[in-house]
Amino acid sequence: MTDTLPLSGIRVIDLSIVWAGPYATILLGDLGAEVIRIESLQHPDINTRGNPTPPAGLLGTPRAFMYPDANPYPRPWERGASFAYSGRNKKSVTIDLERQSGKEIFLRLVEKSDVIIENGAAGTMEKLGLTYDVIKESNPGIIMCSMPGYGTNGPYKYFKGYGANVEGVGGHTYLRGYTDMDFSGTSPVFHADPAAGATATFSILAAVNHRRNTGKGQYINLSQAENVIVAIPQAFMDYSMNGTVRERLGNRQQGVIQGCYQCSGEDNWVVLTLSTDDQWKDFCLLIGMPELIAYPRYSSGIARWNNHDEIDGIISEWTKDLDHYDVFHKLQELGIPAGPVIKPQEVFDDPHVVARGFYEAHEHPMIGGPYMYPGPVFDLSETPMRIRKMHPVLGADNEYVYKEVMGYSDAEYDGFVEDQHIGDVYIGMELPEE
Amino acid sequence: MGALSGIKVLDLTQYIAGPYCTKVLSDYGAEVIKIEKPPSGDPARGLAPFKGNQPGLESSGLFLYLNTGKKSITLNLKSVEGRKIFFRLVKDADIVVESYAPGTMETLGINYDSVKALNPNVLMTSISNFGSTGPYKKYKLTDIVMYAMGLTMYGTGMADREPQKLALTLIQHQAGMIAAATTMGAYLGREMHGVSQHLDIALMETQLGSIDRTATQAISYSYAGDFPHTRVTAENAVSIMPMGIYPCADGYVTFVAANPLWWPRFVKMIDMPELSEDPRFQDDDFGFVYNLDYKDEMDALVLGWTTQLTKQEVMEHAQAAGMAGTSINSMEDVYNDPQFSHRGFFVDIEHPVAGLVRYPGTPAQLSESPAEFRRAPLLGEHNHEIYCDVLGYKVEELPLLREQLVI
Repeated sequence: MTDTLPLSGIRVIDLSIVWAGPYATILLGDLGAEVIRIESLQHPDINTRGNPTPPAGLLGTPRAFMYPDANPYPRPWERGASFAYSGRNKKSVTIDLERQSGKEIFLRLVEKSDVIIENGAAGTMEKLGLTYDVIKESNPGIIMCSMPGYGTNGPYKYFKGYGANVEGVGGHTYLRGYTDMDFSGTSPVFHADPAAGATATFSILAAVNHRRNTGKGQYINLSQAENVIVAIPQAFMDYSMNGTVRERLGNRQQGVIQGCYQCSGEDNWVVLTLSTDDQWKDFCLLIGMPELIAYPRYSSGIARWNNHDEIDGIISEWTKDLDHYDVFHKLQELGIPAGPVIKPQEVFDDPHVVARGFYEAHEHPMIGGPYMYPGPVFDLSETPMRIRKMHPVLGADNEYVYKEVMGYSDAEYDGFVEDQHIGDVYIGMELPEE
Repeated sequence: MGALSGIKVLDLTQYIAGPYCTKVLSDYGAEVIKIEKPPSGDPARGLAPFKGNQPGLESSGLFLYLNTGKKSITLNLKSVEGRKIFFRLVKDADIVVESYAPGTMETLGINYDSVKALNPNVLMTSISNFGSTGPYKKYKLTDIVMYAMGLTMYGTGMADREPQKLALTLIQHQAGMIAAATTMGAYLGREMHGVSQHLDIALMETQLGSIDRTATQAISYSYAGDFPHTRVTAENAVSIMPMGIYPCADGYVTFVAANPLWWPRFVKMIDMPELSEDPRFQDDDFGFVYNLDYKDEMDALVLGWTTQLTKQEVMEHAQAAGMAGTSINSMEDVYNDPQFSHRGFFVDIEHPVAGLVRYPGTPAQLSESPAEFRRAPLLGEHNHEIYCDVLGYKVEELPLLREQLVI
């Protein structure tokens, strides 16, 4: 065991927002890099920290439960659940990048850093005058990763795209949802965000390795939409090799029995996959219908696939009065892949999740607690992963970053406070009396 | 020179998640030796789609994609001789990646301790369904199971119908990339600080920790306790309007409104300046964009506009107005989309059996050390190179090893 985390000594400037970029810096921070979020007192980061002035109508609705005690105040930007996850193991410094003095501070930090990551719409950095060409003048060894929706070149360069957008452009949305209705029943999902964050992390670390070998920094131009395509190669290759345009299959998978079936209780469901003849036999015995094993309509994989609707009816009839966790265990004990559709209100009590200690209890000065937070998504044998520190309050690390990292004097620091580069409350926000 | 040139990887993985991890290591320059079980190798060689819809060990598009640039040797780890050969290869490796069910490696006498005993510097990455500990560690997985147990599915579907999985095998690719990223983190830790270690990735946890609604909802539950928590569905999955999927003249489009201050952009997009004065939309400092009571009216406004336009036109007009409106593309649309070809995303690779085929390339373009794509190996293609040139077997010894089912 050692206290030296794998990426200790690597400093990352984090200009990322919303989910995709922050997921990359979660992974980098969990691995031990020093991640410094650049924030601005002038421009609240609504997409990452939440709306600093939530509309009154939101309170009292279930959506307010993303705040502890369903209460965003006094500082909503410190109390939202999303940033409580994405801010862990990170530092916060405030700089107003729109002013020349802010750009100078920023470039001074660049000199002291190894990596910059940003995922704003392409053009955000151009407007600030802080493109890679400018940044590398301050530090030729810097590795800069830009990860907008569609990359920083091409006809869609300036297009906006959140996870649900790039999944549509990249071909994923077309492949999911109910097969018996149009796309209006297909709810938005944001798988593309964590997926792009993981790819950004890998690419950055590959570039760090290259710099160790050659001394050279570089620019990484990542397209989140392309990162969707690389994860659905079956559909891409089928079109590329055979001209076949794949269509939705809903919860099914070609050639096997698979679906999501209702269980007892409110909105409880179980999923399962029956692939082989042996699994079908075991399943028929389990539900007490051995006569179905050799029934001609179900006796082979092809026969079962052709009669999937009927078999769905048999499965539903069996599951409808059973507990979804009981069905799950019974099937898994027979070697049949199955699982409950776990709800947020169940996950903290799931015995496997509990045994592995995936969620961690932490307190935070602006939130209270202890409350439960997802831990790192990987375990390392010598440097066990944990949430070392909850999310930083706005500007929490100003003193450290300005003075220790960038070497500004106390007097200069005070000047930056006066200039409203440094602070811990957004300009124009009034806090209620404590 | 590739970003990962000089890194040697022994690849014991099969199917999707593990091979995707070692694929990206390979595409960026690592030497990946894929160990395949004789006689038929990685079971992914048997997964559709196949070139010309003709199943064959060398014609699976999925396999060809997931194994670009790797070297393939056949090696039976269940044989004593096979394990001896494996341990000789370990001595020269930097990283071992495996994706067996927990316990299988121990049964074979191969685990991190035995590998480390021969090569103290080696790193090992294990990728499994539920992790190497805990009551579900031996449980089986298909993608739908992971969507269900990773909290993803409880945020999908319609309120009165079954939840919906995501398409194909996204989760396995995501887990594979997380494995590649954290493996590189551990590798750099070894290079910078001299710490070698074992990395354990559980697919279930890569989902529970996904930065989408899943993480936020679990934390929200922790904050609020036992409130009536209903499923996020197509009907209510709206934080700021307009959001969701809408029909247009030739297909469907998606909108995500991420900022309550975007209302003027929306008005500009649908070209109805009179809405700026409409009292229905003036209440509560733009609070109406959060208020689902207005959803039907908002949807009518969106539909009145989108249904007059093609998906490509909707995207262009929406983006010009600063709204995140985009098309829903079929794979044919993707293949022909000007953005992807402009960036040179697709790569054409020649293969002796599958011929010249177009593949997805890399979404991440590195300016100094770009990915390079080389074809996937034939089964056992590199036996001669690895067994004879590297390990020093004589050519005439290979038939016997083959006969004894070692290779």
